Amino acid sequence: MKINLKIWRQKNKDTKGSFKSYQLDHVSADMSFLEMLDVLNNELIHKGEESVAFDHDCREGICGMCSLYINGRPHGPQQTTTCQLHMRTFKDGETIVIEPWRAKAFPVIRDLVVDRTAFDRIQQAGGYVSVNTGGVPDANEIPIAKKVADEAFDSAACIGCGACVAACKNASAMLFVSAKVSQLALLPQGKPERKERVEKMVAQMDEEGFGACTNTGACEAECPKGISLTNIARMNREYFGAITTSYEVKVGGGD
Amino acid sequence: MKLDSKIPEGPLAEKWTKHKFNLKLVNPANKRKYDIIVVGTGLAGASAAASLGELGYNVKAFCFQDSPRRAHSIAAQGGINAAKNYQNDGDSVYRLFYDTIKGGDYRAREGNVYRLAEVSVNIIDQCVAQGVPFAREYGGLLANRSFGGAQVSRTFYARGQTGQQLLLGAYSALNRQIANGKVTMYTRSEMLDVVIVDGKARGIITRDLVSGKIESHSAHAVLLCTGGYGNVFFLSTNAKGSNVTAAWRAHKKGALFGNPCYTQIHPTCIPVSGDHQSKLTLMSESLRNDGRVWVPKVARPGLKAKDAAAIPEADRDYFLERKYPSFGNLVPRDVASRNAKQMCDEGRGVGSGLAVFLDFADAIKRDGKKTIEAKYGNLFDMYQQITGDNPYEAPMMIYPAVHYTMGGLWVDYNLMTTVPGLYALGEANFSDHGANRLGASALMQGLADGYFVIPYTIGDYLAGLPTEKVSTDRPEFKEAIDKVNGTVQKFLSIKGKKTVDEFHRQLGLLMWEFCGMSRNDAGLKEAKQKIQTLKTEFWKDVNVLGGGNELNQELEKAMRVADFIELGELMVDDALNRTESCGGHFREESQTPDGEALRKDDQFTYVAAWEFKGENQPEELHKEPLVFENVKLTQRSYK
Repeated sequence: MKINLKIWRQKNKDTKGSFKSYQLDHVSADMSFLEMLDVLNNELIHKGEESVAFDHDCREGICGMCSLYINGRPHGPQQTTTCQLHMRTFKDGETIVIEPWRAKAFPVIRDLVVDRTAFDRIQQAGGYVSVNTGGVPDANEIPIAKKVADEAFDSAACIGCGACVAACKNASAMLFVSAKVSQLALLPQGKPERKERVEKMVAQMDEEGFGACTNTGACEAECPKGISLTNIARMNREYFGAITTSYEVKVGGGD
Repeated sequence: MKLDSKIPEGPLAEKWTKHKFNLKLVNPANKRKYDIIVVGTGLAGASAAASLGELGYNVKAFCFQDSPRRAHSIAAQGGINAAKNYQNDGDSVYRLFYDTIKGGDYRAREGNVYRLAEVSVNIIDQCVAQGVPFAREYGGLLANRSFGGAQVSRTFYARGQTGQQLLLGAYSALNRQIANGKVTMYTRSEMLDVVIVDGKARGIITRDLVSGKIESHSAHAVLLCTGGYGNVFFLSTNAKGSNVTAAWRAHKKGALFGNPCYTQIHPTCIPVSGDHQSKLTLMSESLRNDGRVWVPKVARPGLKAKDAAAIPEADRDYFLERKYPSFGNLVPRDVASRNAKQMCDEGRGVGSGLAVFLDFADAIKRDGKKTIEAKYGNLFDMYQQITGDNPYEAPMMIYPAVHYTMGGLWVDYNLMTTVPGLYALGEANFSDHGANRLGASALMQGLADGYFVIPYTIGDYLAGLPTEKVSTDRPEFKEAIDKVNGTVQKFLSIKGKKTVDEFHRQLGLLMWEFCGMSRNDAGLKEAKQKIQTLKTEFWKDVNVLGGGNELNQELEKAMRVADFIELGELMVDDALNRTESCGGHFREESQTPDGEALRKDDQFTYVAAWEFKGENQPEELHKEPLVFENVKLTQRSYK
């Protein structure tokens, strides 16, 4: 099949970017979307033009590294990661527009590559259970109902790609943050720190410049891992529970 | 050079306990005076960095991805073994040890493997305490399943995403130490050399992949947790970025490379669909618990999955069940892979001819679609997404693909390489899986090394090392920086006619053809010569555009491929030297009358450790004899 591409090119974070058009004449329907870009890059290099930079790694839908905004939707027309999208989804002769994630908290590094370290900093603010290696109880010491474990898993399945932020008109990170808050709030191991955790993570999320949540649900609709809006509801409940009781936490220290 | 494995004396079950007592300790007040570099943040790296930070050391951790959470451990699907015996089905530390030694075809050290089995139980406790949501039974206790090659149910899992959940657990522990200031994290940073000062590893050289800046970092010890080298084959189940560069540069600085030819070919991958293919996707072999592997008895060229149901039972050959009645579809990976290849070589492959069926029709009939969906739902979805076929309705098609490398940097019992102060953990070392790794054992080994081995063994080294730091102004650092800069400039100046990927693909095809699922003397000799030619051509004709002081993905790839080419030659040397078949290494000249791998224990019961002797010089082979005091070497049989 033939494909026309309009791709965002930007040298680095300090320069202005623009769209460039390309055409590929021999695209196989069995190619993954990223393989199609590999073919483009190979052609570009032979023409003496620098390849299009894009993030990718595992190419099996789990590392969360790929992050393309395709035809106005994060990861394209299907609810998958970009690497799992295949060219059979597109029509012969179609024009495909490819942009990087668009959010203030995710500055563009080059072309389609963005900086998502804000996500790491949110996790560092409290996305863990404070246990050291060793000295923990036997794994079967605390039974956890299957239903609870399954629900915690559903939240834990988040791959941290940032599609939720890219999909949101407010560039809110609520789905991402709430997935971790939910996982640990549901499990007995996470309960001792649940209040501090939600307060710290939300504070860090705000500091990073993500927008507020207005319950549009675009995040859930675009999440390649099906993380549900219920997580956001649970995080709101956790948060109000936390701030109305005795914990006082400031980001970067705590007192 | 005499290789000292430092396996402690004494009975197997007491070795590790005794060794831990004999290891020197670093005073708690002194720990903060030691800096440790950890390269790679997969299961081994993240768990090591977190645990060492908790102990009070200053840790600098590096990964080439944009976040430590992306390391390729995340893609492990099936599960993690532990000798918990929660199922009361006869498991024990000794049995896990025995299975691992046997599965590795008697080419691993008894002492290391026993320790691995011993600490496996602690890993599960640790992960549960971190909030890893393992699968559970209705009573609330942990669920287990049986997994490739094991006759007990000792595999813990989190749906088909066990690696993800374990890595996110280790990542959370790492994050906690980053927040505590005990770990400094460098993302989008690639290690390009190790720096040796007075014979000890004292630092690394990195390239900041965003700014292109070449940087020096000094420390008291360096841990390489940089994974395996399966991408030497270009097509593999590894992530695109997975590479051998850190390990290879360490090798060139004096670390011996152990058993490079031991490659694991995984039997259940999605077959190649065309020349554009950039990587292969694994379907967890847990699928073999319920799926039945078959091909038609008589060749049916081009048979499609949707037409499989029309083939009557009598005309199907469930070849694994037929040949190995006691293990059936659960034979170890190397056996399953070779048999699939054999069927296709006989012309009985399906689809493109390079595929066999993995059929769930019986399992769905027996347990219902809902049960199968609960167990494998995400894998079935993934299969459908990639191939466009629905595995609930028609069998999957699978074919073997490169998945894991058992070889790696040679390490002693303390995980130290032959360079003092330089350690290798996880898939980056050679130590625990012998010539073949059992399913669900990679996650176990990565976390064992990081959580429960290195925190003890590194203290023994550091306790004998002065706390003084070495300055990165020293000539050793400057020299290493100049060398890396030189390589960058060289690549940018070649301006040849072929892309990096074109060279990489060519190398991969060579390796797959001559040093893949089966190997022979003539083929390996041909490969060696072809790799040397490819190397010359690469350095003359590769085209890397752009500059060094910017994000330049072609440059990143070029540096990795340069190392893969050199490694490829060493793999071939190692495969040539080992004229026996063992585990994942199948030499056509050495097989039993019915085509099974035939070991030559009298000649090859050793670890092959290779020493770099200079650019374009033949490497020197050192042998570490393997001593078996507890296990009797037998011909593996899964019949």
